[in-house]
Amino acid sequence: MSSKHRDVPGTIFFDGPMSTKGYSLNKMCYSFNNADAREAFKSDEAGYCDKFGLTEEQKEAILKRDLNALLRLGGSVYYLAKFAGLLGLNMQDIGGMQTGRTKEEFQAYLDSQGRGKNNG
Amino acid sequence: MAKIIGGITTSHIPAIGIAMDKGLEDTPYWKDFFAGYPPVREWLNEQQPDIAIVFYNDHGLEMFLDKKPTFALGCAPRYENADEGWGIATIPAVTGETELSWHIANELIEDDFDPTICQEIKVDHGLTVPLSLMYPGHNYQHLKVIPVCINCERYPMPKPSRCYALGQAIGRAVESFAGEQKVVVFGTGGLSHQLDGERAGIINSSFDLECMDKLVNDPEALTKYSNDDLVEVAGAQGVELNMWLAMRGCMLGNVKEVHRNYVAPISNTGAGLQLLINE
Repeated sequence: MSSKHRDVPGTIFFDGPMSTKGYSLNKMCYSFNNADAREAFKSDEAGYCDKFGLTEEQKEAILKRDLNALLRLGGSVYYLAKFAGLLGLNMQDIGGMQTGRTKEEFQAYLDSQGRGKNNG
Repeated sequence: MAKIIGGITTSHIPAIGIAMDKGLEDTPYWKDFFAGYPPVREWLNEQQPDIAIVFYNDHGLEMFLDKKPTFALGCAPRYENADEGWGIATIPAVTGETELSWHIANELIEDDFDPTICQEIKVDHGLTVPLSLMYPGHNYQHLKVIPVCINCERYPMPKPSRCYALGQAIGRAVESFAGEQKVVVFGTGGLSHQLDGERAGIINSSFDLECMDKLVNDPEALTKYSNDDLVEVAGAQGVELNMWLAMRGCMLGNVKEVHRNYVAPISNTGAGLQLLINE
């Protein structure tokens, strides 16, 4: 049976091939559970990426905070969330960054599907 | 025999723990959400369960991609929480359980489930936020917790039908345990949400409410979904419904819903709460 997933636009299924591709990237982000690691990253971002063996593309996406590129390059959202946290970003910040919206626009989108649904 | 006295479903998102730490429960954003919890806390206080089986997923605290169980069962006397990297406060250790949990391990293997058995794991917000919600002020040390961790982060993930069947096997194991313990079961996480990618932010409130209805009276219908179906209809993290299905599986026989709350959005999710008891 094929392991291919359904095509859901705007969604990358984090499966075996993606996990293989992103292993070093995710391992680096997993290290951010540790406060010393977070400080080490902040003091030398590129050097910290090199220490974990990220590809040049992955390193560039980290330096540019390009979350959609990081997802394409094998990042798992659960580990990228730790990277986002290190940058002081919450889920609405990164929601906006990934969908081309401001944080306020992203919040309005969330609201429009729930409590704000009947309020225009 | 040990007895499952009820099942509780609840969101477990970190933002809830952060809101509780900051005392934001009565603010406009949060009050509808937190208003749902007092009836469940009162029920727990009246019933005084001895043990809680908590279905949760590990979002990258204990389990990295290097060694990642599909199903993991905790059999430890104690579980520590730790820094998850993005600012949720660490909470006091959770009391574990080492008798019913090993019995469950033995019974699951006999029942053709093969979980990873864990004698030392850190537990993340998936498990700790629900405990903090049920026992404000982190007053949960009297409750013995059996963590059951389900892979919801990397494919291949267990199917909804399999998670439900796992719950049924655990329910049977509890019923065959010699003892008088009262056991409550938590299904955590959900409901619809997607954190990643260009589709981030999708919430499907009507689907969430339908899930809550079916969880009570027709859980088998929910087991017909594949994980891909759940992603399509409820977002990439909509697969956390699997923890709710595992909880429901534990409740053998007919159940009735005695309390419900649903608020969306809470952070990026549809946040559901249900208290189910056996009829």
